[in-house]
Amino acid sequence: MSLLTVDTLVKEFGGVRAIDDLSFTIDPGTIHSIIGPNGAGKTTLFNLVTGVYTPTFGTVQFNGEPVTGKKPYELAARGMSRTFQNLQICMNMTALENVLVGRHLHLDGRLLPSLFRLPRIVRGDRAAEDMGRELMAFVGLEKYFDWDADAMPYGALKRLEIARALAAEPKLLLLDEPAAGLNDVESREIDNVIKKVAESGVTVVLVEHDMKMVMEISDHILVLDYGRKLTEGTPQEVRQNPDVIAAYLGQVA
Amino acid sequence: MNEATPMSPRPSSASTANISRPGDTTPPGAPERPAPQAPGTPRTGAGSAGRPRQGLKARLMKPRTGGLLVLAVVVAVLPAFLQNAFHYDVAIQIGFNAIVAIGLNLLIGYCGQISLGHAGFLGVGAYFSAITVTNFGWPPLLSLVVAAVVVGLLAFVIARPILRLKGHYLAMATLGIGLIISIILNQEAQLTGGPDGMIVDPFTVFGFEFKKPWHWYSLVGGLLVIAAWLSLNIIDSPVGRALRAVHGSEVAAEVVGVDTTRYKVMIFVVSAVFASVVGSLGAHYIMFLSPQEASFFHSVELVIMVVLGGMASTFGAVVGAATLTALPQFLTFLEDYEHLIFGLILMLVMIFLPKGVVPSLAALFKRGGEK
Repeated sequence: MSLLTVDTLVKEFGGVRAIDDLSFTIDPGTIHSIIGPNGAGKTTLFNLVTGVYTPTFGTVQFNGEPVTGKKPYELAARGMSRTFQNLQICMNMTALENVLVGRHLHLDGRLLPSLFRLPRIVRGDRAAEDMGRELMAFVGLEKYFDWDADAMPYGALKRLEIARALAAEPKLLLLDEPAAGLNDVESREIDNVIKKVAESGVTVVLVEHDMKMVMEISDHILVLDYGRKLTEGTPQEVRQNPDVIAAYLGQVA
Repeated sequence: MNEATPMSPRPSSASTANISRPGDTTPPGAPERPAPQAPGTPRTGAGSAGRPRQGLKARLMKPRTGGLLVLAVVVAVLPAFLQNAFHYDVAIQIGFNAIVAIGLNLLIGYCGQISLGHAGFLGVGAYFSAITVTNFGWPPLLSLVVAAVVVGLLAFVIARPILRLKGHYLAMATLGIGLIISIILNQEAQLTGGPDGMIVDPFTVFGFEFKKPWHWYSLVGGLLVIAAWLSLNIIDSPVGRALRAVHGSEVAAEVVGVDTTRYKVMIFVVSAVFASVVGSLGAHYIMFLSPQEASFFHSVELVIMVVLGGMASTFGAVVGAATLTALPQFLTFLEDYEHLIFGLILMLVMIFLPKGVVPSLAALFKRGGEK
């Protein structure tokens, strides 16, 4: 059974159809890339799937359950987690605290235990901190544990977003351009992190412009253009598809 | 949310999208940080796999232990310097204001939501206590508790629709609520005495009447330390991190499972209850109550305390309340120029200590210590 099923999805902004009659499925345990030229609707698709936007038409099913129109935090509770193309780091917190926010669903979030700092809160936070440090080490941020987020370099913040998303222990992780703005070395490091995440059993959906990364790590690729599905398949199939080449390089007259 | 996630992917705009204004972020040296950290200087020892063990000194440097201890000592020692009833009165008023400011700071400083109507909640608490005790003979402590519950419910009902608003719109909505409460208190004269105000019975608990200045000082001082303790507990907890995440990036908080509306409402209610308790006690303390307590100007005063002392700093709220309450008393010798100089001082503080007194001084102190 597929982990995510998107059926005849449509999103209109005013008169613009950013996503137009899009259907696809994502199987568990795979790395699934979504590519397409700028403005193809990749980030809009992410926002629809994760509940940040509500679709104009169509449905999304996650883990066999219809989740169309559910709020992002409700989807997070069902095992969906994501990162952002334009960083969404809490700059008013330390790096580790950002990861701890990602742990929220697994901690006691009620007011009274926190207000009186009951032993369970202390215990929970301590375990979460240990896990947070492990996750930061996992994405290669061991030197930044207690840094203020606003003092960290861009590449490190990109990885911090992944650590935060992983802290929620998602079934499905959506990464929106994790390599954007990174140099080659940093991109290869992110490659390795993504592969390790997939190996740990998390299904990964990736929006990325770095074709080297996409071709190397994807099991399956979905190509979008003007909000429609251009084609999908294995990296091999997609690479050889003339429509894809046309969409990227312009139509040969 | 739409602002936070542009629909078209443009990598080049990525890094600038989330840079917040200077006042929005807790500065590196702010006292609430569990591990104060200057940019670019990773703490040694933190990199080891295990948790770094905390020595006594490290524990005392933490606001939840050290800061609270300092506050308790100040509250305990201060009476030695209070020479007359007037001094006590100023100290007690500072305590009252500080408790409200601590509550409001959770909403404004940590959660990043503004309220220009909190004097309204204070007023409802005050009048509920005043009316039920004075007119209907309820025990004051019972009234205080019921008032807090009523205000909590009122804040809850109001908060859900208005906390969907952001920035200026939220400011307008909360301003409106404060005004409505203020108007009702003025108009319902048969119950509240209207603009003339009403006389309030003294505060008695199980037959003991709070009469002498030091009775009130002990009560308010004790409550202040408790309020600070509760505030520090919240900040360093899953709830506190959720609140700060709402301030830092609402959409990020949502996608990792934080029901942002719930937490905004939660802290709005908590801060309203803090104000209500102070309103109830304040009415009994002065033994007179007028709608001035719930006025817009009082709301603004409370916000100034939070901003002046330093947003996202519990002790900043205390310092802000102390400054704003005591400063006018020191300036009375200026007579006609009092308000002018008062305003000027506030302006200068905000220009030279833009993050508020406590966080700015803490950062200065840290920088000095590193040289």
